[in-house]
Amino acid sequence: MSNAPAEEIPAEEIDLTEANEVIDKYLKLPGNLMPVLQGIQDAYGYVPKPTIDLVAERLNVYPSQIYGVLTFYAQFHLKPRGRFIIRVCVGTACHVQGAERITETFFGRLGIGHAETTPDLRYTFEKVACLGACGMAPLAMVNDDTFGKMTVQKVDEIIETYNARPMK
Amino acid sequence: MSDNAGIKILICQGTGGISAGAKQVEAEFTRLIAEKGIVAQVGKRCDVVKTGCRGLCANDVLVDVITPELGRVTYDFVVPEDVAAILDQHIVNNEVIEKKKAKAYYNTFVDQQMRVVMTGCGQIDPERIDAFLEEDGFKAIEKCVKEMKPSEVIDEVKKSGLRGRGGGGFPTGMKWSFCAASPGNHKYLICNADEGDPGAFMDRSILEGDPYCVIEGMMIAAYAIGCDAGYVYVRAEYPLAIDRLQKALDTCYEKGYLGKNIQGWGFDFDMRIKKGAGAFVCGEETALMASIEGERGMPRPRPPFPAVKGLWGFPTNINNVETFANVRHIINKGADWYASLGTDTTKGTKIFAVTGKVKHTGLVEVPAGMSVRDVIYSVCGGIANNRKFKAVQAGGPSGGCIPAEVLDTPVDYDSLIKAGAMMGSGGLVVMDETTCMVDVARFFLTFTKMESCGKCVPCRIGLKAMLDILERITEGRGEMADIDTLLEMGATIKKASLCGLGQTAPNPILSTVKYFRHEYEAHIQDKRCPSNSCKELLLWQVVPEKCVKCGACLRACPSNAIKWEKGEVAELIKENCTKCKSCYDACRFMAIE
Repeated sequence: MSNAPAEEIPAEEIDLTEANEVIDKYLKLPGNLMPVLQGIQDAYGYVPKPTIDLVAERLNVYPSQIYGVLTFYAQFHLKPRGRFIIRVCVGTACHVQGAERITETFFGRLGIGHAETTPDLRYTFEKVACLGACGMAPLAMVNDDTFGKMTVQKVDEIIETYNARPMK
Repeated sequence: MSDNAGIKILICQGTGGISAGAKQVEAEFTRLIAEKGIVAQVGKRCDVVKTGCRGLCANDVLVDVITPELGRVTYDFVVPEDVAAILDQHIVNNEVIEKKKAKAYYNTFVDQQMRVVMTGCGQIDPERIDAFLEEDGFKAIEKCVKEMKPSEVIDEVKKSGLRGRGGGGFPTGMKWSFCAASPGNHKYLICNADEGDPGAFMDRSILEGDPYCVIEGMMIAAYAIGCDAGYVYVRAEYPLAIDRLQKALDTCYEKGYLGKNIQGWGFDFDMRIKKGAGAFVCGEETALMASIEGERGMPRPRPPFPAVKGLWGFPTNINNVETFANVRHIINKGADWYASLGTDTTKGTKIFAVTGKVKHTGLVEVPAGMSVRDVIYSVCGGIANNRKFKAVQAGGPSGGCIPAEVLDTPVDYDSLIKAGAMMGSGGLVVMDETTCMVDVARFFLTFTKMESCGKCVPCRIGLKAMLDILERITEGRGEMADIDTLLEMGATIKKASLCGLGQTAPNPILSTVKYFRHEYEAHIQDKRCPSNSCKELLLWQVVPEKCVKCGACLRACPSNAIKWEKGEVAELIKENCTKCKSCYDACRFMAIE
């Protein structure tokens, strides 16, 4: 969610071709900063530091403004993310149906908290505000797979399933 | 063509349908139909993207069988093993299988609703423009452009009494007239599809189920106001809505329904999608515009109002998805028809997302003015698990809780505000006796605190301070003076905040203190949570008098903390217990506390 603590940015070398392509696509559009950043995130899975410098230079905006946008919106990530993104809905309907124990069980089983990634880059865990499928509450998602009517037992089943999946 | 032409089998493939095995059911139908040589069309009754079809995903897999002889028959809880029987008995022998047919409540659920905005949802294929054109698509805008002056369109909308469905309830026609009156040739129209309210998903369903009706609504508004460019601001969390809408926009451009000189009518309108990036505050008009401009979504003080100086300094009009979706029906069927629906002050229908501890969760569209009780008990079947109704939370984080005493409040803007809640975007979260109201207030405040943009002090610091107090109370460290502090701070934050987020954020606390003060007092004085919900205050034991020895808790416990033998009272072993509350929720007799 929007005011998560500022993340550390690892220094790294990456291929900027895709970032340049994204910028080319939106260069002439008014208000293009967000679509550019969203495109970069789609391409790399997160927004790597070198691309921020590139965007600043090519769109002629201050890096501070870019960081302002990146840290304001919940959707942007400054660090690499796991192969499997586990999202647990903590919307009202899910909360009422016991979403808290689902999140806490995941925390316990994975050893990571909200917006964190396991060191082996297998899982990233996120609490999300509402996935819009309140009829199936409590709800969890792993990448694009939806798991409705979650229970604590199902948490273990999910982790077992995805532990068995290959990383690539 | 054989005699069986015209037979359709529609299988529900929403999120619920698929998790209940709709794919297997469909495969079985396809296999057996080929094997038996029946000519029938197997299709999707609703699919992942057309959620909210008829809203009864709890009964999946739902299968509609349509034959010329028997009409449309709905079966529920269908599994692959049932398929052969349905084909043999229903389709070959023309005999309805009464045992498998959806029971009476299904019809109650469907019949008690009144579908205006959602007529197309789940009925038409949102990816085919022809399907929309067959339903009189774009007839309303054609009528406007050819037969009406822009001012007449505004008058018609004014006369219909349509009010903004995003929550505030500002009269739509009036809003349009402000922007229309602003000087200048270049104006913007924005459709707010941010829908950040946890517990509401009607905007998403409309965009996914019937995107063209929103496009047509925006075209009509653009014509009336004199806008030539429009944005739809959609949350990025709704990838399918974005995908569907983008396809619809592309088709419209291809077929000449958008762009320059639409259909030769001499009317120009351009539209594009703007993806949000996950910030609740962006549902607020001025924050939304800042976000479109590529900045942090921070609200600006008003005036100047967007109608005068909005997006990039041009006059701008913003309406919600559901508002735009209403417009074509008003033009097609007339303002008088629309005004005949609903109550004196709230016209038309309203879509509610009814969720929580209710039997039939889902989207329901009802005429404004139906009582909250009817929505919950008649349409949605009442409370699940034989538990007692406690409250219904209306209006999301900006709304409030309505207790049983005021259940007969009609669902319209003014009555709900009087009851201490608000319409909001139309989320109704039903709570039973296991829901702690202090915890609910804490939940909403956690959300609004997190989503506060931080620009103004009352919201940024005030909400944090209130949340600290609430957390203390739920952990059993509260003091009686805290309640007054909460009320005082709430009133101040409402008055002093810059935008709608802060101005409404204290509502959940104020309404729960108003109606459920005794729960706050129990937490503070007795260090006890009457609903057995706040973890720190739970004793974690089985109440022998209440236990019916059913063993449900044992089956629910993931950590071997329950000892139970058939015919014995269950026992909770504290050393193994992780306090996950699974047993508590599984117990239907409130025997664990």
